Formats: sequence, structure tokens, C-alpha cells
Amino acid sequence: MSTIHNKDIILLAHGSGGRLSHELIQELFLKYFNDPVLKGLEDASLIENIYVGKLAFSTDSYVVKPIFFPGGDIGKLAICGTINDLSMRGARPLYLSVGFIIEEGLSIRELEQIVASMARVAKETGVRIITGDTKVVEKGAADKLFINTSGIGVVPPGVDISNKNGREGDIILINGTIGDHGMAIISQREGLNFSTSIESDCAPLNGLVEELLKASSNIHILRDPTRGGLGTTLNEISLASGVGVKIYETSIPVREPVRIGCEMLGLDPLYLANEGKLIVVVAMEDSQKVLETLTNHHQGREARIIGTLTSNHSGLVVMHTNLGTQRVVSMPAGELLPRIC
Amino acid sequence: MEILSSFRDPALSRRLVKIIRSYEGKPLNFMEFCGTHTHAVFKYGIRQLLPEDIKMLSGPGCPVCVTDSRDINLSLSLARISGVIITTFGDLLKVPGSGGKSLQTAKAEGADIRIVYSTLDALKIARENKERPIIFLGIGFETTTPTVSAAILQAEKEGLENFFIFSMHKLTPPATRAILNLGEVHLDGIIGPGHVSTVIGSKAWEFLPLEYGVPFVVAGFEPFDILLGIEKLVEQCIEGRPRGANAYMRSVKKEGNPSAIKIMYDVFETSPALWRGLGEIPGSGLKLKDKYSHYDAFLKFMPTFKAEIEDNLNCRCGEVLRGVIDPPQCQLFKKVCSPDNPLGPCMVSSEGACSAYYLYGNYDLPTFPPHTPL
Repeated sequence: MSTIHNKDIILLAHGSGGRLSHELIQELFLKYFNDPVLKGLEDASLIENIYVGKLAFSTDSYVVKPIFFPGGDIGKLAICGTINDLSMRGARPLYLSVGFIIEEGLSIRELEQIVASMARVAKETGVRIITGDTKVVEKGAADKLFINTSGIGVVPPGVDISNKNGREGDIILINGTIGDHGMAIISQREGLNFSTSIESDCAPLNGLVEELLKASSNIHILRDPTRGGLGTTLNEISLASGVGVKIYETSIPVREPVRIGCEMLGLDPLYLANEGKLIVVVAMEDSQKVLETLTNHHQGREARIIGTLTSNHSGLVVMHTNLGTQRVVSMPAGELLPRIC
Repeated sequence: MEILSSFRDPALSRRLVKIIRSYEGKPLNFMEFCGTHTHAVFKYGIRQLLPEDIKMLSGPGCPVCVTDSRDINLSLSLARISGVIITTFGDLLKVPGSGGKSLQTAKAEGADIRIVYSTLDALKIARENKERPIIFLGIGFETTTPTVSAAILQAEKEGLENFFIFSMHKLTPPATRAILNLGEVHLDGIIGPGHVSTVIGSKAWEFLPLEYGVPFVVAGFEPFDILLGIEKLVEQCIEGRPRGANAYMRSVKKEGNPSAIKIMYDVFETSPALWRGLGEIPGSGLKLKDKYSHYDAFLKFMPTFKAEIEDNLNCRCGEVLRGVIDPPQCQLFKKVCSPDNPLGPCMVSSEGACSAYYLYGNYDLPTFPPHTPL
């Protein structure tokens, strides 16, 4: 049994740079993050023989509360989140950095579980964690654990995926049900325990994106509708591409427990966060091909065509309701639910 | 949940729309009292389904919206008392008091303000912080008040001495009377609040046809419910025989919920209340009975405030709440007043008419025909 496990909680001294810090790094972090370039504990890691062309670079911080939730934890979220952000530009994610801000008092067992889950996703996706950092702050200065991840990916030649590339007539698809992550988090929050467990959809999407890019060279936009949900992301697409977005209520997949939860809490699934979903905007002629690719992949079984881009109402997202009426889907106001990711 | 999808069944709703659209006669003004109805009407695009001769007006049925700025200022004073924990429903946080300060800004400045989903959560906080006073900001109509009564009775049972209520609770029938007495808008029918009526019963609205000759119908919140409510109002207008109707039978009984009514009046008694846009209405508020006055945050802390800065005089929430204007007629609407920067409560609340217009309004979609073909 290593010495670190004799102490059950993180102390300020674990971030001091002294012996306890060293122990934490050697016995916990390096146990799971075992990339050869990390072993030397150098100030910076070198990337040899880097592909010269277009690099994608992205960063995101994760402050989700609670740090464990059905379907995932803050660590899995932090690795998937940055992998997905890189993938949404058509990049193949290669390297990640991980930065931890730990509140003193966090149990080492919980930290270990989170680090293990990060290492697991990185391994599964073939993405290398090659640099990292740990800080410990006093009680109350953070809430248990915050994680930052940054990532580097390479964009294959000829791939041009951007929020700005949407054109009139393009078809919008999604790879499955919306709102699962948001509702999983809300249902875990104090006082809101639903009898049915709702699992977060938290998942790395790089494999699926690779398949999509193989299937069609006419994909214009890829987006992961995380914070703010599908409604917000479609508004962003509409504004960035200077087009209108038309979606159909009947075609948007929502899991029944999520729908019930939304009814109970007065929320709209359109604005709930997703962590394993992507929106594909593709030229009409390739839309069936993309739909097939999605539904043939385990992360896209419930994929659907949900709408189109139109020149009719540039900058606006309009939903055609089940009743045959139309409704503007606007940007949500304010922070609906803080610390969802 | 299957029950929900049947109330959203487009085919059933279309049948009702067909009947409503066949109406031929003088133009009709209906008011949905309840803010949740207003939001549902917008969310489902129900106004687009109505013929031009039938107009829906939004009423004062949003507890946050009708909370007067005086009460917001008093709440802010309570929040600034050292050691106090304020517990409140989330909507109230953003409502600006005089001078633009809100509970949200007070929170950022260090006041301990916690959002709860139920009064029982507030009670839990009181139990866990026995050395600090916990004040629950009690807003809401007859739907919410019984739960507050239950919390008071529970506090009494447990001997909790640090739990207090600032009661801003209001009763809906007196406000409806006030609007009709003012006579600013002509109403041909009122859609009564479904949740409130679940507690007070449909009979609480019988005065509308009897005393004012105005048809009413209690309706639920699904598209089918609302359309059924409208259809029943149209039917009464055609017959020229105003009466009451219940289009929300699966929830509302004539007598309401007697135990909820009992618990409400065991703890509270009626009092005058100040309504935004309507002023003071006698018998429209609820204050704690003498027996429970030791839970009264107002009596305990005697909050005061200096009215140094006037309310925003350009804000027309008052007229919106009375159905006199539609939100887009307010010069602040969408230009300076938005859900991110609300200048009045109707833009803040998830039941407010201004926020419904802002979020779902399709008045800026001129390219669409007013009625989509069925």
C-alpha cells in the first residue's frame, strides 16, 4: 500500500510543491496518466514530428456539481468535452493537458476515481495526456474539484468545418435524444430525486466524427450542443452562417423521463445541456448518407433529421410545432442552471 | 406521461380549432388570468390558430409580477440584515426594486440568499442553521400558500424558533374583480387559473357570470386544454348566456381541495395587499394569524427602506398586468428591457407576459401568414 492512501483527504500541503505534492503526483496521477513523456516530470512536454498543416487548439474548464453523476463524473466530462470541441472543427484530437484545482478536504479515493476515469476515456479514444498541473486551494475557495483541459488536434487536408459554413437548403441532423446530461445533473441536485434514473450522455465523439468525415465531404457544420442546449447552438449557427433555422418539433428526440422532468420543473429540453450529442449540418444531397452513417454507429442509433437552413428568417430559429403553429426558439436568457459542466 | 401526449394530440386540437374558427360574430376579447397560461399560449403558438376576431389578453396571474416594488425593497432590507439567510423561489431573485437593485445583486454583494424549490427546503435550512434566522420570502397565490402553511405548522411542531415568513401571498379572485371594476378593458370571457382553481375550486369564480355577466372557464395548461377553454368561452358568447365551465375536470373540482383551503386559513387570514399595477386591494392578501405571528419576519425585523430613487417610471408592467397594453407597446420592451436586463417584473418571471412575448413572440416574423393552414 502506498503512503498516499494512508491519508484519506487532500491537504493544502498536497499542492505545496513539497513531499506530499510529489507523492500525490507519483502515486496517484502517474499511476493512471502513464504516457512516457509525462514520466520525466519536465516543465513542458515536447511533441515530436508534429504534422505540419492545420492544428486545432481548444480549452475548457469543468466545474460541474455534483462531481459524480449518473453516466459520468467531472473527469470523464473534462476529457470528453475537449475531445469533442476539437472534433467539432473536424480535427483529430491527439494531445491533452489536464489542470486540477482541488479544494482541500476532497477525499483521495474520489480523486483517484476521477483520475482513473479520465485515463480510461483517453485510452479508449487514443488521445494522449502529455502535461498536467495540480493546485490545492483552501476550503471554500473552490468546490471540491475544478478541472481544466486543453487539447491539440490536427485537421485533415481539405476538411473545412465551421459555424459559418451553413447554407440555405442544408439539412440539420442530430445523433440522438436531447437534454439527458442536463436532466441527469438536475435530478442529482439536492431535493430533486426522480424515481427513474436519468443518465448523462457524456461521451467522446471523435470516432463518430471520423466516420462522418469519411462518409461525406459535404459536411458544413458540426457542433456539440452542450451548455445552453440545442436551442442555443442552433441560434449560434443561424447568426454565424447568416441563415434562418427551421426545425420540426415532432422530429426532435427527447427521452420520456427527460420530458417528464422538464414538465415538472418548467424547463425546456431544447435548452438542456448535452455532452455526447452532435449536430450535423450537411448539404442536402449527402443528408441520407450522413443519416445512415449516424444510425449505423452506436452513438447515433436514434439519429434524426431535425430541420433545414433557410433564407427566410435569417438569424432566427423557428420551430414548427406539433399543432402546426410556429414558434421562435430564442437564445435563453441568463444562466438557467449554473455549473452544469 | 401518456396522458400528456393525448392532451397534445394535434388531431384532437385541430378539431377544436375548426369549431373556434367557425365563429362569426362581434370581436371577442378573452383574458387568460394566469401567467402559466400566457406562456403556454405562446409556447404552443395558440394565438396563430385563432381567428382575427378572437383576441387573447394576458392577465395579472404571475405572483412575481404583481409583487409591488415596496415589497421587493423590504425583501432587500431583510436580506441585508447581518446573519440572516434568505430563502426564496428563483424567479424573485432578478426582480429589480427601486433604483435597480435586486436580490441577485444583494447576493453578489454578500447577502446569504438561497434558492429553494419548496418551503420544506427552507425549513431544512432552518433546521441545519439553528443559530441563524431563516426568512422565507413568501410569494404566490392560493396554489403555493397551503405549502407555506404546512411549513409553519411543521416548524411549530418541531419548536423551530429561527424560521420566519415574509408573507406577500395574494388571492386571485379579488384581483380579477379589481380589473373588472376598473373597466379599462372590455372582457367577453376569462380563462380561470387551473392550478389556483385546483385549490380554491371552480365555484370561487361563480361571481364572474353572476355579478359581472362575464363567462369564465377553468382550463388546464396543455394545448388541448387551452383550446377547449377558448371553445367553451366562444360557446357561451354565442349563446349569450354567461356561466361558469370547467374544462380541467381531471384536476379541478367545484369545491376545490378542502384540506388545502383549511390549512391555508388555519395559519393565515385575509388582509389588504399591494399589487403592482392594481394598487392596494382590500381582502386580497394573506397575513399570519395572531397565533402564528411569531413567524412573521415583518414583525420580527421591522424592515424599512429609503425610497431615494423612484421606480422606473417608463416601465409599463402595471398596464401589462391589467391587460391594457400588450408588452410590445411598452417603449422599453426589447430595446432596453430584456430577460437579461429586466426593468420590470413581467420580463423577469417565467410566468410574466413580457418574457412570454420576448421568448416566443413571432410578431417579428412578418413573412409568415397569420394562420397556418390546418
